[in-house]
Amino acid sequence: MFWKKLKSKTENFVQVEIIPSRKNKIVALAGNPNTGKSTIFNRLTGLKQHTGNWPGKTVTRAEGEFEINDEVYTLIDLPGTYSLLSTSEDEEIARDFVLFGNPDTTVIVCDASVLERNLNLAFQIMQITNRCILCINLIDEAKRKGIEIDKDVIEKELGIPVVLTNARSGEGIESLKEKIFLVSNRILKPNPRKIEHKKEIKDKLNQLIPLIDKAFPGLYSTEWIALRLLQGDEKIRKAIENGNLLELINKGLFNGNEEFRN
Amino acid sequence: MTKKLSELKKGEKAVIVNVNLNGLTRRRLYDLGFIPGTIIQVAFESPLGDPVAYFIKDTLIALRRNESENIDVELIN
Repeated sequence: MFWKKLKSKTENFVQVEIIPSRKNKIVALAGNPNTGKSTIFNRLTGLKQHTGNWPGKTVTRAEGEFEINDEVYTLIDLPGTYSLLSTSEDEEIARDFVLFGNPDTTVIVCDASVLERNLNLAFQIMQITNRCILCINLIDEAKRKGIEIDKDVIEKELGIPVVLTNARSGEGIESLKEKIFLVSNRILKPNPRKIEHKKEIKDKLNQLIPLIDKAFPGLYSTEWIALRLLQGDEKIRKAIENGNLLELINKGLFNGNEEFRN
Repeated sequence: MTKKLSELKKGEKAVIVNVNLNGLTRRRLYDLGFIPGTIIQVAFESPLGDPVAYFIKDTLIALRRNESENIDVELIN
């Protein structure tokens, strides 16, 4: 019985093609536009992915490899996004990967000088995955503006590891690697602060989630899907009704699929 | 005094009181930082007065009138 369940899980796992080859551990770089994700990507991989000081530069996801302690990791550089809830088309790649790609670690990159603004996305990602790290980048610029970041307080408030970096100079990259290693290998288990839903919502979620799990075994982020249903998201409702939710996630659930747009 | 965000003049500062929109537009505005309690200031107006750029949470964001007229604000002196 248990074996059967496990098997069906793996089958679905393979089905979801947005997961790249699983021989390596997968690390995703997510964050608001123009926070320096690509600079961090280049620092970690030694590649020369084009960087630029304007938002929306990375429109498709870039992949590279890097090593920590002789272990190879695949790093995915995602396009910048403000949110997992209301996205424009180019942001959907990022959202779909964070939601359904099940990376071993998600590094949330923030701009130190506009931290408050950036924490919106950080918080949303923390609701989906426990295995995340907050990377507060551009600390040199923040320092110049007179902003001081209290890493320990943020770590305590959010419940996830925080690393301060200046990717341009390489400052903090080693400690970012260390945190990626610890989280990916489940040595360090972050305990992100979660939203306490109201009782009415909680009750509905408790009804919906098992149903979704049953209909689509192996699917990640079922709570997110359930919340979308409660919000009246037509695309998700249709996809569940037609039973082709997994298929659609494969194709990119929200990527220009006319039938499910609007 | 409560006003519509669209009624603010250049340079005026206010606190957002309410976002009278629903669904995705509301969600999007929240994601961009238009949350009740946030301080907002009119930064630039385009020649025809629409859209208008606002300083909000350390960033400049432009809104069209059909969005800004649905946001209630309280003027700060």
